[in-house]
Amino acid sequence: MLTLHCPNCGVDADETDLHAEGEAHLKRYGPGSSDDEFHDYLFQRQNPKGVHFERWKHVFGCGKYFHAARCTATLEVFGTYSAQTLEPTQAIKDAISAKRPGWSWGDIS
Amino acid sequence: MSTRLASGGRLVNKNKAVSFTFNGKNLRGFEGDTLASALLANDQMLIGRSFKYHRPRGVVASGAEEPNGLVNLGEGAKFEPNQRVTTTELYEGLTAKSQNHWPSLEFDVGAINTHLSRFLPAGFYYKMFIHPRPLWKHVYEPIIRHSAGLGKAPKDRDEDTYEHYHASFDVVVVGGGIAGLAAALSAGQSGARVMLVEQTNDWGGRANVDTPTVDGKPAAEWINATLQVLENMENVTLRLRTQGSGVYDHGYVLAYERLTDHAPETEGPRHRLWRIRTKQIVTATGAIERPLSFAGNDIPGVLLAAAVRDYAVNFGVSIGDRTVVVTNNDDAYRTGITLKKAGLEVPAIIDARTNPQGELIDEARALGIRIEVGRGIAKVKGGKRVTSVEMCNQAGEGAVVEEIACDCVAMSGGWSPVVHLWSHCGGKLNWDDAQAMFRPDPERPPLGADGEGFVKTAGVANGHLFTAEVIADGFAAGRAVAKAAGHSAKIGQAPAGHDAHEGAISPVWLMPQGASHALRSKAWLDYQNDVKVSDVQLAAQEGYESVEHAKRYTTIGMATDQGKLSNINGLATLAKSLNADIPNVGTTTFRPPYTPISLSSIAGAAKGDLFQPIRKTPMSDWHTENGADYEPVGQWRRPYAYVRDGETVHDAVNREVVNTREKLGLLDASTLGKLVVKGPDAGKFLNMMYTNMMATLPIGKCRYGLMCSENGFLSDDGVVARIDEDTWLCHTTTGGAERIHAWMEDWLQCEWWDWKVYVANVTEQLAQVAVVGPNARKLLEKLGGMDVSKETLPFMQWADGKLGGFDARVYRISFSGELSYEIAVPASQGRAFWDALLAAGEEFGVMPYGTEALHIMRAEKGFIMIGDETDGTIIPQDLNLQWALSKKKEDYLGKRAQERSHMTDPNRWKLVGLETTDGSVIPDGAYAIAEGDNANGQRNTQGRVTSTYYSPTLKKGIAMGLVHNGPDRMGEVIEFYKVDGTTVAATIVDQVFYDKEGAKNNV
Amino acid sequence: MSNAVSTLQGKVAAGEVTVREGGLRGMITLRGDLASSKLKSVCKSLTGFAIPDMGKAASKGDKGIAWMSPDELLVLVPQGETASALEKIAKAMKGQHYLAENVSDARTHIIVEGSFAREVIAKLAPVDLHPTALRPGDFRRSRLGQVAAAFWMTDADTFRVICFRSVGDYAFKLLSVSAAKGGEVGYF
Repeated sequence: MLTLHCPNCGVDADETDLHAEGEAHLKRYGPGSSDDEFHDYLFQRQNPKGVHFERWKHVFGCGKYFHAARCTATLEVFGTYSAQTLEPTQAIKDAISAKRPGWSWGDIS
Repeated sequence: MSTRLASGGRLVNKNKAVSFTFNGKNLRGFEGDTLASALLANDQMLIGRSFKYHRPRGVVASGAEEPNGLVNLGEGAKFEPNQRVTTTELYEGLTAKSQNHWPSLEFDVGAINTHLSRFLPAGFYYKMFIHPRPLWKHVYEPIIRHSAGLGKAPKDRDEDTYEHYHASFDVVVVGGGIAGLAAALSAGQSGARVMLVEQTNDWGGRANVDTPTVDGKPAAEWINATLQVLENMENVTLRLRTQGSGVYDHGYVLAYERLTDHAPETEGPRHRLWRIRTKQIVTATGAIERPLSFAGNDIPGVLLAAAVRDYAVNFGVSIGDRTVVVTNNDDAYRTGITLKKAGLEVPAIIDARTNPQGELIDEARALGIRIEVGRGIAKVKGGKRVTSVEMCNQAGEGAVVEEIACDCVAMSGGWSPVVHLWSHCGGKLNWDDAQAMFRPDPERPPLGADGEGFVKTAGVANGHLFTAEVIADGFAAGRAVAKAAGHSAKIGQAPAGHDAHEGAISPVWLMPQGASHALRSKAWLDYQNDVKVSDVQLAAQEGYESVEHAKRYTTIGMATDQGKLSNINGLATLAKSLNADIPNVGTTTFRPPYTPISLSSIAGAAKGDLFQPIRKTPMSDWHTENGADYEPVGQWRRPYAYVRDGETVHDAVNREVVNTREKLGLLDASTLGKLVVKGPDAGKFLNMMYTNMMATLPIGKCRYGLMCSENGFLSDDGVVARIDEDTWLCHTTTGGAERIHAWMEDWLQCEWWDWKVYVANVTEQLAQVAVVGPNARKLLEKLGGMDVSKETLPFMQWADGKLGGFDARVYRISFSGELSYEIAVPASQGRAFWDALLAAGEEFGVMPYGTEALHIMRAEKGFIMIGDETDGTIIPQDLNLQWALSKKKEDYLGKRAQERSHMTDPNRWKLVGLETTDGSVIPDGAYAIAEGDNANGQRNTQGRVTSTYYSPTLKKGIAMGLVHNGPDRMGEVIEFYKVDGTTVAATIVDQVFYDKEGAKNNV
Repeated sequence: MSNAVSTLQGKVAAGEVTVREGGLRGMITLRGDLASSKLKSVCKSLTGFAIPDMGKAASKGDKGIAWMSPDELLVLVPQGETASALEKIAKAMKGQHYLAENVSDARTHIIVEGSFAREVIAKLAPVDLHPTALRPGDFRRSRLGQVAAAFWMTDADTFRVICFRSVGDYAFKLLSVSAAKGGEVGYF
C-alpha cells in the first residue's frame, strides 16, 4: 500500500485515494505514423524491474494527474512531479542517480 | 486430572464465578479466565479432533499459537467457528461446542483414519485423485464433502457491527511485553506519536510469569510504573486486545482490535481494524516455544512447558497432578520449579542434553526434582489423556529405560522468535546456530518509501532471550525509531533487567535421535493438519526438496495456526532429511495476518445496506414506491420495469413499450452523464474526442457523437449540444459519465495541457426526464411556458426556458423513434417535476417506462447500445456507423488505429438485423454456425447475436447481430445455436425494424 | 423555489455525535487561473474571502470558498443566490478563460458534530485526522468509505462534509453507523 505525495495539492495520499494510470512519458503517434510506431505507442511498455516512471491520478483527491518515479522492486519512491512534462525533471533524475547509479529507462538516463 | 489450584491465578478473580457451557454441559470458571483455562479447570482436557485422522486433541499452548483448541463459539447471529480457546476470554453465558467429530467428541467414527494412517501418507490426496474420473463422483467427492472442513459454517447473518479506523503515527510498537513497553517508553519520551498494541488483555508478556527483576525490583512493579508513565503521555496511545496483524509497504500496518469479544452484550462495534500509516515500526512480538518431536507428543496432556506454567501462574490451573518435563534448554526448568512450588508432583525433568549447567537447574535440583540428563521420551502412552511416558536415551533408537507414570508432559524444544511482522514486508532472517533459532537480520530490514528500513525488532523477537538484553534492546529500538521518525528529545537511561543465568540450548529435532519409523510416524509436527516427522521425510524422499513444495505436499503449516508451532521443526526435519543446513532450506513465506482475523473486520462498515454505494436519482423513491424492478447500471439502480399487481416483469415491459408507442411514456434519464466542456479550444478538443465533427455544431443544435479509444474501439456515445460560443454539453452513457470525464481530463492534463479547455461533470446537478410518445408535445404544451412546436424546436435542437414553472432545458432528441423530448431540471426540483409530469400527463395516458422498454424501443429502431453491440473489440465500421466518422478531420482518438490492417479487414463481422423464421426470440449471445469444424473440433461460426428481444410492437422476436459479410447477405437464412444445442433459423434483414422512414418522429 | 428539496430533506441522526443533512446550499464550481486578479476580486466580492491557499477553505455562515485543485475553487453562496452569483462571475470574467457551473444540486451537504466527530471521519477516510494534522481551516478531499467526499472543520467538534447527491443516502448512513452509540474510539 503506497503513499505518494501529490505535487498538485500537497497531500501525502494513500494508495486508495489514487489510481494508477500506467507508464509515463509515452509519445502519442496519430495518423501518418508508421505501423511500427503506432504499435509501439499502443502496446510496447518498459515493464522494468527497478527504476520506473508512472502516471498516477489523485482520483479521490484533487483529481489531477502527476508523475511518480519509483523502484518496482523495492517500492522506493524517488519523487513525484508534474504531469505536464515530457520527461522527468533534473531533480528527479539526480535523486535516482544518488540511489541507483547508472540507471536508465528507455532513452532517459 | 486438570483442576483449579488453591493458589495462583494472577489474572482470575476467584470471587466472581462465570457460567458457560461446553457441548451443552454447564460449567463454571472465573472472571479473567480464558475459555482454555476454564475448560482445563473443569478437567475438560479433550477439546476437539484433528483434521485428517480425527485424533483426540487438547490444548497444547496458552496463546495465539494454539493449533488444537478450536471450537464453534456462540449461537445464531453470533455463531463463529474455529475460535481458539486460548484467546477467547470467558464471559457469562458463553456457549462453545467442539468441532470436527461425528457423532461425538468422545467417540468419533472418523478416528478410524488414524488406524488407516499408513494408507494416508503425505501427498495421499495428490496421489489418489489422479485416478479414474468416476471415482471422483461416487467416492471422493461425497466422502471429502462429509469430512472436510473444520467447524461449521454460520447459518445466520452476523448481527454485530465492525469498523475501520484510520490513524497515523510516528511509531507503532507491536507487543506489550517488557521490550515493547521499553520501546514505547523511549519513543514516547523522544516526543514521537506512538501507538503500543498488545494482543492479549495483559501488559507485560512473559515477564509476569517468569518474574525477572527490572532495576532491582520485581518486573511487575516496573511494568505498572511504566504503564502509568505511558498513560500520562499525550503522544502515546495504548491498546490492549489489539493485535498487530500485518505490516505492509510504506509503513502501512493493520491492527485488529477485539472490542466486545469478551463482553458480547456491550454496545458498539465488535472488532475494529486499525488501518495505520506509520513512519517506523518496532516489532516486540516475543517468541513461541517449540514442541519436541517424540512419539505421542499429540496426546492430550502434552503441552508446551511455558503453557503449563502460564496456566498455573496466570489462572491457577494445573494440567495434571504429575508432570514430566522434557526439554533441551534451561527455561523449561521454570515449569518444573513452578509446579513443584505449587505443591504438584514433578516425577522427572528429562533433559536431552548430557551436561546441562545453570542456576535454574541448580534450583530444580535443590527442590528435590529428579533430573535425567541425556535422556528423551521414546513414547507417550495414553489415548484421550496421557498416562505415562517411556524414557529412553536421547542418543539411542528408543529402547525404554523406564516408564514414568504421569498425566501431563511439559515439553520445550527451545524458542522461536516471532518474526512474522518483520518478514511480512521483506525483512530477512539469519539462522543463529548457538540459540537454534531464526532471528531478524538488522542489516536487511523491510525497506520503506525512502529506501531505508522502517521496521526494527526488539527483545525476544530479536533473538534476545534474557531480560537484561531484552529491556535494553527495547529501549534502544524505541529511541532509534523515534529518531528515524524525526524525534530525538533527550531521554533517560535504559532500565536494567536481570534473570537467572541459563546454559546453552542443544537443538533436538527428533527424540530420540535415532527414532524408528514406527516412532517417527507417531511424532507430530503439525497437530491440526496431522503432519508427522515421517511425512516430511517422505516428502523429501519423493523429491519435494523446496520447503514451499514440502509444505504444500504434506500440508504442514497450512492449518489455521499457519505453522506457528510446526514450521521450524518441520523445516529442520526437512533439512536433516536432505542432509542440508537449516538456513539453506530456509523458511516458508510469512504472510499477514499474524492470526486469522474476522472477515467482517476486513469488510468494516461495508455490509448490508452499506455493502456498496447505491446511487440514487431524485426520483428513486418514487420508483421504489411504484413497483420498480431494478437493474444495476454501474452503481446506479435503474428501474428495469414498473411492475403492477398481477403482472409479470415481462408483461410490464410489454405494456410500457406499447403505451409509449401509442400514447405517452416517461423515462428517468437522470443517470445519463452530462459533461460541460468550455473554453476557446473546446471545439478543437471535442473534434479529437469524438469521431465526428463537433466544432462546427451550431449553437442551439444537438449532434449524436461516437467516442473511441486509441485502439479504435467504440467506447461511448451520446448527444452533444452546443450551448454557446465556447461551451458544449456532452451526454454520455449512464455508466460512462465518470469514465469519460476522466478520459477528457487525461488528455487535457497529460497531452494537450496548453489547450484552453475546462471540463465539469454536472451529471448530478440535473434531473433529466425523457417524455416520449405521440402525446409528448401535448403534455409539454399543457405544462406551458415554452414553445415546443415542430417549427420552433425541431428534431436535434434544444432550448432553455420555464416549463410549468420549472427551470428547464429541453432537448428534442429521440432514442425510441417516437416524438420525444429530454428535459433537464435542477436535481432539487427533479421529483417535483416528475410528479408534475405524471399529474398533467394523466389525461394523455402517461406511464413511466423502465430500461428494458427503452432497450426494446431502441432495438426496434436499430439503434446501437454501448455494451450490447460493443464489447471493447468493436469499431464503428463494424456497426455501419461510417457516417459518423469525419473524413475531414486529420485526427481524432482512434483514427489511426482504425487504419490498422485488422481493422480494415473486409472479413470483420458487421451489424445486421435478424428475424427468426418462427417468430421466436434468439438466445442472447447465440452464435451463428458455419460449415465445418475448426482445429479444435469445434463448429465454425459466422456471427453472433448482440441484442435480442421480443418486440411487443411487432409481436415477434427481433435481434441484431454481427454477421460475416452480413450487410451483403440480406434475406439469407442462417442458423443459431440455442442453449440446449438445437438451432433456430433467422433471416438477415435490415437492422431498422420499425418506422423506417421516421414518420413518427417527424411531427 | 418551493419545488426544490435537498437530497435527504434535512434528515438527522442524533446522538453524542449528531449527523444531519445540511440542506440546500448554493455551490459553484469555478475553474480558472487562480492567480487572475479578476477571479480574485469576484471571489472576494461574492464570499467576502480571499482565495484560500492550497488545501484550505474559508467559510462563515452560508458563504465561503474552498481550494479544490490548482485550477478549481468551490464557491459557497446563500441558497437562492446562485444564479445571480453566476451572472456576476460571467460579467467579471468576460473575455477570460474560465468555467463556472452551478453544482448546488449535484451535492449533498452533511454536518457531523459532537465530541468524537473527528473519529467518525477517521473511520471512513484514509486521512490523518490528528488535531495537529487537520485543523479548522483545512479542506480535505478524499473518500468516505467507497465514495468521493470533501470535508472541513468549522470548529473543533464540527465537520462539514460534501459528497455527490446520488450517494448522499449512502454517505449519511455510513456516517450515522460510524457515529452510533459505543463507537467512540477514545483516540483523539
